[in-house]
Amino acid sequence: MEILELLSHGLFLAIQPMNIALIVVGVTLGLFIGAMPGLGSVNGVAILLPITFLVPPASAIIFLAAIYYGAMYGGAISSITLGIPGASTAVATTFDGRPLALKGRASLALVTAAIASFVGGTVSILLFTAFAPPLAHVALSFGPPEIFALMLLAFATFVGLGGDDIPKTVLSICLGLVFASVGFDQISGAPRLVFFGISGFLHGINFLVLAIGVYGIGEMLWTLDTTRGKITSTEARMTFAGIVADTRECFAKAWKGMSIGSLLGFFVGILPAAGATPGSLMSYGVAKMTGRDPDSYGRGNPDGVAAPEAANNSASTGAMLPMLTLGIPGSPTTAILLGGMVIWGLTPGPRLFTDQPEFVWGLIGSFYVSNFFALVINLSFIPLFIWMLRMPFTILAPMIFVLSVVGGYAATNDMHDVWLMLIFGISAFFLRKFDYPLAPAVLAIVLGPIAEPTLRQSLLLSSGDPSIFFTRPIAGTITVIAIILILLPLVGVIRRKLRGTNKASA
Amino acid sequence: MRLGEIVTAAVLAALSIYMMWKSTDLNIGYVAGKGPGGGAWPFWLSAIMLVCTIVIAFNWARRTSPPSRSTEPVLDADGRRMLLQVGGGIFVFVALINVISIYGAMALFLFYYLWFLGRHALWLALTISIATPIAFFFFFEALMRITLPKGMSFTDPVFNVLYDIIY
Repeated sequence: MEILELLSHGLFLAIQPMNIALIVVGVTLGLFIGAMPGLGSVNGVAILLPITFLVPPASAIIFLAAIYYGAMYGGAISSITLGIPGASTAVATTFDGRPLALKGRASLALVTAAIASFVGGTVSILLFTAFAPPLAHVALSFGPPEIFALMLLAFATFVGLGGDDIPKTVLSICLGLVFASVGFDQISGAPRLVFFGISGFLHGINFLVLAIGVYGIGEMLWTLDTTRGKITSTEARMTFAGIVADTRECFAKAWKGMSIGSLLGFFVGILPAAGATPGSLMSYGVAKMTGRDPDSYGRGNPDGVAAPEAANNSASTGAMLPMLTLGIPGSPTTAILLGGMVIWGLTPGPRLFTDQPEFVWGLIGSFYVSNFFALVINLSFIPLFIWMLRMPFTILAPMIFVLSVVGGYAATNDMHDVWLMLIFGISAFFLRKFDYPLAPAVLAIVLGPIAEPTLRQSLLLSSGDPSIFFTRPIAGTITVIAIILILLPLVGVIRRKLRGTNKASA
Repeated sequence: MRLGEIVTAAVLAALSIYMMWKSTDLNIGYVAGKGPGGGAWPFWLSAIMLVCTIVIAFNWARRTSPPSRSTEPVLDADGRRMLLQVGGGIFVFVALINVISIYGAMALFLFYYLWFLGRHALWLALTISIATPIAFFFFFEALMRITLPKGMSFTDPVFNVLYDIIY
């Protein structure tokens, strides 16, 4: 009951007029920053961090957390309306969000994203409130082998359930992983894979450069080619009754994705170094795997929007947990928040909950309030986003190209990356024509920097013996599931073969 | 399409071989006491890619994948024109960034696309292509404090005026 008392105190703090105002401003800013391709919550939080020195620490972190939350909601908007993920956390949202928008159901996709984000956020806050300290210990027991097994599982869901050509999917994953390793070897510090000795490759290939190239340029060229430029985007219309109907449809069709995303996202978010992106991808994979009609995913199933969106919001709350309780950030954004806390004179770690209860519970209280405002503000902006979609395609297309180029530059401030993005875009256009799935490459480049060091550390722990992924209980279970998923398509092939021979003999 | 499929696979195979070769700059084996060498991860992944391209080529020979059966051209005349006009437009846009600034290049590209490709009214094309860079300027330079390329020095007078508004 002590928790409830502390929580009510925190909520009281969060609803003070100044804090409410900060939440509203923060969420709105975050929404737009998140929706811009190339800018994510990290940019927003990093840029606005200095402003927070003007207010007390509790208000400051409430403001930054509101931006963080708003950006999580906002990432979905460009994923759905433009087909370009606004941030890595929203990559999985494009898989079903974009097809829904192309079918003229953009409002359903946006409403589902908003509601799923709200549900994911709320569930995770409840979990956070109840289980913060004990969960921090479980997450700490995840060593490199467990995290690598999780990464393997994320890729396995693509191979096993992607439904695309298997060698092309595997190739796409490997390509993304190799691109992720360009730059410097993280362990020895030696330059690695500097293609043709071009110095621009020394800082690596930012995932956004690939993501924007693939989705912003490749996908757009493909759309222009297949439709002969005759589409006027979508026939989306928006009314209040429409939002109500969409809300009902969203709960009817997407409750499963929301529940999977909320729970799985939270747990993956807690893991140090994992965070919202793997959480959203895995939730998408699991939702697809357990769905009644797995083939409908990727073609505009609201469940496929709900799962990653619930997960990325849930994970972003989860990522706060190791930051507050252990001082270990779960994502780049929480790392900046952590930096902020140190500047405000707070020491994150186990003693924070006892030493600074007002700060901690004020922050938790603000999660509840921010989430509510994020939902309201997001829903009220949906008509604006829909209006953007109703622009003729010949206006929308150049705008997307401009956003892509600017986003590609803003991500790293290097012209080299803009050229690289253009090359990726043109290549993606051709690869897409030959049925190469490119989403796995984008995911791989995001997860590569987590997968490689954990693999190397694991093998170092075991002196090169790969059985370490099977002998540890948690890692073993995850690895076995991943292997089953990878073998799943093979089983299908064998079954078809057997059936074929049966028919032939009969 | 059938020819394109095998050419794409060959290009990807060449890329994987190049990446494998490039990875050998670092140790690709297991270093006792240090774990796998820095080149191991990209080397073996590129090797898997190479195997994948071989499987793709095998499927091509057996005509089991859809593109290897298709007789459609990869790009017909309309497709080629689109790629040239749009892809070429973006290329010129990017090439002009270091000359007339990202904002100037953006305005030119938007005008080219809206007026020439989109065949929109002149006033609409002009409004959008002038308003968009200005909006971008204030969003990036004033709100986000991110400076974007300003091109060569002859664009300075324009930006000085805009900076005076911000500061």
